[in-house]
Amino acid sequence: MLDNNDARLGRVDMINGPVINARGMRNFAMREMVRIGEKRLLGEIIRMDGDSATIQVYEDTQGMRVGEEIEGSGESLSVSLGPGLIGGFFDGIGRPLAALLDKEGMYITPGIEVPMIDPEKAWEIKPVAAAGDMVTAGTLLGTVQETGLVLHRVICPSNIEGELTWVVPEGRITSGGVVARVKVASGKEVDVPLTQRWPVRTPRPYRDRLLPDEPLVTGQRVIDGLFPIAKGGTAAIPGGFGTGKTVTQHQLAKWSEAQIVVYIGCGERGNEMTDVLEQFPVLEDPRSGRPLMERTILVANTSNMPVAAREASIYTGITIAEYFRDMGYDVALMADSTSRWAEALREISGRLEEIPAEEGFPAYLPSRLAEFYERAGRVVTQYGENGSVSIIGAVSPPGGDFTEPVTRHTKRFIRCFWGLDKNLANARHFPAISWLDSYSEYAKEVEEWFGANVEPKWGELREKSRAILLEDEKIQQVIRLVGEDVLPDDQRLLAYTAFLVKNGYLQQAAFGSDSYSPPSKGFAILDLIMHFYDRGMELVRQGVPISLIRENEAVENLTHLREIQSDDKSSFDDARTKLDNHLNRVETERTREQGGAE
Amino acid sequence: MPLSEYVGISEVNGPFILIENTPDAFFGELVDVGVPGGKTRRGRVVSLSEKATLVQVFGGTDKLVPNETRVRFLNRALDISLAANIVGRKFNGLGEPTDGCGPVFGGRRIDANGMPLNPMARQYPKDFIHTGISAIDTLTTLIRGQKLPIFSGNGLPHNQLAVQIATQARLMTSENFAVVFAGIGIKHDDAEFFMRELSEKGRSNNIVTFLNLADDPVIERIATPRMALSAAEYMAYELGMHVLVIITDMTSYCEALRELGVAAGEVPSRKGYPAYLYSDLASLYERAGVVRGVSGSVTQLPILTMPNDDITHPIPDLTGFITEGQIVLSRDLDGKGIYPPIDVLTSLSRLMKDGIGKGFTRDDHPGVASQLFASYSRVQDVRSLAGVVGEDELSKTDKSSLEFGGLFENKFLRQGTDEDRDIGFSLDMGWEILSALPKGDLTRLSLDEIKEHIKEDTE
Repeated sequence: MLDNNDARLGRVDMINGPVINARGMRNFAMREMVRIGEKRLLGEIIRMDGDSATIQVYEDTQGMRVGEEIEGSGESLSVSLGPGLIGGFFDGIGRPLAALLDKEGMYITPGIEVPMIDPEKAWEIKPVAAAGDMVTAGTLLGTVQETGLVLHRVICPSNIEGELTWVVPEGRITSGGVVARVKVASGKEVDVPLTQRWPVRTPRPYRDRLLPDEPLVTGQRVIDGLFPIAKGGTAAIPGGFGTGKTVTQHQLAKWSEAQIVVYIGCGERGNEMTDVLEQFPVLEDPRSGRPLMERTILVANTSNMPVAAREASIYTGITIAEYFRDMGYDVALMADSTSRWAEALREISGRLEEIPAEEGFPAYLPSRLAEFYERAGRVVTQYGENGSVSIIGAVSPPGGDFTEPVTRHTKRFIRCFWGLDKNLANARHFPAISWLDSYSEYAKEVEEWFGANVEPKWGELREKSRAILLEDEKIQQVIRLVGEDVLPDDQRLLAYTAFLVKNGYLQQAAFGSDSYSPPSKGFAILDLIMHFYDRGMELVRQGVPISLIRENEAVENLTHLREIQSDDKSSFDDARTKLDNHLNRVETERTREQGGAE
Repeated sequence: MPLSEYVGISEVNGPFILIENTPDAFFGELVDVGVPGGKTRRGRVVSLSEKATLVQVFGGTDKLVPNETRVRFLNRALDISLAANIVGRKFNGLGEPTDGCGPVFGGRRIDANGMPLNPMARQYPKDFIHTGISAIDTLTTLIRGQKLPIFSGNGLPHNQLAVQIATQARLMTSENFAVVFAGIGIKHDDAEFFMRELSEKGRSNNIVTFLNLADDPVIERIATPRMALSAAEYMAYELGMHVLVIITDMTSYCEALRELGVAAGEVPSRKGYPAYLYSDLASLYERAGVVRGVSGSVTQLPILTMPNDDITHPIPDLTGFITEGQIVLSRDLDGKGIYPPIDVLTSLSRLMKDGIGKGFTRDDHPGVASQLFASYSRVQDVRSLAGVVGEDELSKTDKSSLEFGGLFENKFLRQGTDEDRDIGFSLDMGWEILSALPKGDLTRLSLDEIKEHIKEDTE
């Protein structure tokens, strides 16, 4: 959309860091993307007042002069959606970082223009629809095998409806190519491109919303076992620095049972993204054996990249996630960290001299957070299949204080809260998810699924282990005051069982063979520990001293069960036999003693 | 293009001056500000509109007479002149030579603000840097290309520790090693200490120094770390050197930033610091790393003093969110006379997971480190219990925990300021002190590792 007059040419009239002011902007649109000056920096109009407009600039403004020209693009901040996204790595405004590297070298120089998806890239397409078919939003037109793991469904976009007059033949197509031609109600023929554009701040439509009742299995015992998340659910991971937010997010990105993973690095470290880039192509998906990169998309605006693009990265990521959801896939989106996004809002708001609400954050912070988290959900897509977007957002509260505005408001819009505990992290108990502060509102909703698919006793075990952990907290307070020895034996057994649960079950290394722990393995461990507790309690009631029950290799080894490979059932059986033998022996000795005494 | 010069300014406010009608100025442009008979000061455009330009003057605005002040726009941004011969030289906080050897010969002007590194260009840092300090090598391993700050407090031996790291640091492979030292608002005595120690220990010929002393203009502190990091990047990526950057004290830098923000009338955020403190610090700390296909690297060791030893204060807090870990010094350990007084529980190296273990240090390293953390963490609980019930009342396990705590602090942690320990030596010592504990407590080690390293009790 180009105008052939000067009506759409503005001029810079004030520069204040990433926020600039321009005049001659009467014919531009609110939220329109613009190119500024000689360097053609990318910006977005965020406020309009008569002839003047305020623009947030997505690139470094050093070197900009008053009077430089501003040119409109005719669209709001949008991303390209089509085959070629999987395995890609994009910056906050959707520029492919690999292409930037080829073009400009190791530094990101301002003003570079590179298409998000290379239009020349070739694919093999299999058409499904045929000329003469009636199509509407959501009709499947064809498929492209994008990677070994992902079949890309090319679906009729929501603004097109009518009769197909032409469909691409099976075979080669480029990303810039046309898939089909549709005769719409007005009689006009429209092209359906393989790569479509979508404005990132607008949620993509779906047919209906479903209740989240299927768990998103994560392979992390503390999550699957105690605080599960559902497909289409929302979760927050708050924690001070060094508590393991990023490692937990990486773990979820690696092992979650999602078909697509979108990982957003928002205002975080460059090396963390490099870590993902180097690891994911070599790590295998435990279910298919294919490289994890074949289902992963990375979006990153690291902390040293311009702040306005950091604000945009969250929307870029969620739009991509929704696009794959619309093909009927379960998508997991990790945003690390939503606090940096909130701070970007604060920074821009400060430059606009808006009246701040709490701690300098703008008053619209809660509504922005709500808009973002509400884009998660399990839905019936326009295509007719069920798809979901689950959002897991890291929160970085200053000083690890969970009462600060971002954490507090986030809690209002999520249903799963995995609070990270500084003391656990200091003792290197990872994942440092606190079993006292955390909660999951999905636990009841997904219980049926776990019961049917993994282990009928799932709910029971969960309740029991949580009760033991909570009771243990009270006992620990007493122990801190008077020591363990003075406690009655039943309490000491409970405290010891809690020790086993913490060290043998909840603790899970992010590296090595225990990094992914299928629910069946977790339940095997927990079941055995609870078995020990039940039998131990019987013996304690018979008057057996705790030291006799506890001091045996078979018991101590309960903290090493996680070293057993998940499919090695015989080792678990072996551990159970040894444990039972020990407890039986203790019991017989006790009975004999009593017999002797009588 | 001839440089434009204006006479007369319309407003002076703290470190800022306002100049009217400067059509050619650009955002971030450098200016020279002078009064007749006075020394020329450097300044930078921080905001501009059609009517007026706001300039931040390094060196302060004292004695400026608005009518007579001359402002010359230099048509370039904050930059530094760099060449291969900078190694061994000394500069002030603005990157001007102060060692009397004249300007940098044949230098190339480089934008001191740097540019964001494309994350695709980075290589994930994995190479172990030997520091010879048990607590660091074993538990908070320094990796080449890492940014690992020292969180300290006033009066703690952070300078001594930084010197020890700088002099003992050895890369397992390459020898092309250099140090860039940036002093921000530091005391003359501290600067003197660094220079003396580093030259005595044979590091003076490959060190580049940037000094902004405590009595130098506060505003120059904004430029100092940028100058130092530009030099480091130049040495690493163009000269292929492995550069260790020591920046002290980051707290002075943040204070300067706050002073400036308040003077500019910005909306303050936590504790009066500007809302962009995180982004600003990130623009410095992120200038560390290893680049694919380039032989050099930049490793950062910034030092900051925590105000009132408070780790939740915005300066250490935001730093911890950006850097790849932290080494925290403890007043408590220092009081016990233990050097280095590293509080290992709150210290962390985020990059160590990939730089230790098989093929890097030793197979057993991850297990030993994890177990030492877990066991030492328990020592703290037992000590507070012993404080209540008395040591005699403790259980056998708790008593062994106390014994372990003592060994950990006095054998493992404590070492001389010149003592250079090998990693193998440190790990063996780790096993030795762990054997003070009952085997049932060693939950972080695998059964195989325990069998291999801990001798069976004979009792």
